[in-house]
Amino acid sequence: MSAPTIDAPHSAALDAAESGAVQLITVTLRIRRFNPEEHPDPVWVDYQLLMDPKERVLDALNKVKWEQDGTLTYRRSCAHGICGSDAMRINGRNRLACKTLIKDVNPEQPITIEAIKGLAVLKDLVVDMDPFFQAYKDVMPFLITNGNEPTRERLQSAEDRERFDDTTKCILCAACTSSCPVFWNDGQYFGPAAIVNAHRFIFDSRDEGAEQRLEILNDREGVWRCRTTFNCSEACPRGIEVTKAIQEVKRALVTRRF
Amino acid sequence: MSTDINDVELVSSSQAHTGRGLGTGNPADQFVIQPPRTRTTKTPRRTRTNFEMLAWLFMRLSGVVLVVLILGHLIIMLTLDGGVSRINFAFVAGRWASPFWQGWDLLMLWLAMLHGANGMRTVINDYAEKDSTRLWLKTLMGVATVFTVLLGTLVIFTFDPNI
Repeated sequence: MSAPTIDAPHSAALDAAESGAVQLITVTLRIRRFNPEEHPDPVWVDYQLLMDPKERVLDALNKVKWEQDGTLTYRRSCAHGICGSDAMRINGRNRLACKTLIKDVNPEQPITIEAIKGLAVLKDLVVDMDPFFQAYKDVMPFLITNGNEPTRERLQSAEDRERFDDTTKCILCAACTSSCPVFWNDGQYFGPAAIVNAHRFIFDSRDEGAEQRLEILNDREGVWRCRTTFNCSEACPRGIEVTKAIQEVKRALVTRRF
Repeated sequence: MSTDINDVELVSSSQAHTGRGLGTGNPADQFVIQPPRTRTTKTPRRTRTNFEMLAWLFMRLSGVVLVVLILGHLIIMLTLDGGVSRINFAFVAGRWASPFWQGWDLLMLWLAMLHGANGMRTVINDYAEKDSTRLWLKTLMGVATVFTVLLGTLVIFTFDPNI
């Protein structure tokens, strides 16, 4: 997945960004701030920064927090697209702030940043992830086997490993689940991320709990609520074909039941 | 500054989700807007039926059949042999004299009504936030569907051209 680059007329600074030279440009971050202890309603606040467009949106957020307003609250840990802490809605699309370069989100306009949708916003860009992880726990994302434990590793052929390779990439950032319109309307839907992680074990040749997981996902709030709007595939910062994984779980359910 | 453990309010990560903020007793929690129906440890599990799967399959299969039935119906009614201008009581009576057209219309009625009702059911499931609203909307829709299907079926089978 790649964020769309802008085709609009480039400024000199943007051209410099392409060639590798450092040229600072003025960037406006329009952040949706929310602090329930101060005001019951969220407000959009603009911050002006002098940034190198080759830097990431997370760098801009850090710059705001460290130099302008220390009360700005957001999650970030590794800052290299692995921990999945800083998923947020940048210019109306779910992305990881640490994987999005400023030059890719049209810095000539104010860059809007808000919390991911469908989860309760606790403060600024921090949401309550409990329902998200509850859905993850509910699909039993761990190896289930019967019989005696082998004395050696559980071996697997390269083809068997390839079968679920795509869904092992998930970092649980919630970008997919919080881009899903079904999840926005009904938080009890498992959501794409939980289904992706179920897929990772359902199609693992070493795992024997596929039937249990399929039974869970055959539920009222399971895979059948998916409308294949592809928002999740588009949002995934790891490029997982999320909708395809969900459809594969549906197919497995249909073929195993008939 | 004292770092006595008693001074710190511990919030465990496995704390039951209350559906109102983090449940820390902070008065500001009331301003935190919860999304409709969040998943908690108390979310009911496993209905253990294949209803949702069968409904999903029905939508796909009936959809394919309906494309043929409805396009055929529209072509016959609107374009062939002068189109709408020739439709009158005698035309309908003539068509329903044949069991083939009776079957066609019956199938189209049942599939279209069930297909539409199932689609509405998913819309209601999505948008109704309260369980009671959902129940009432679905009841209303179910009654309307059953009434329409039964009335249509009755008409197709008891139609009398000499009325």
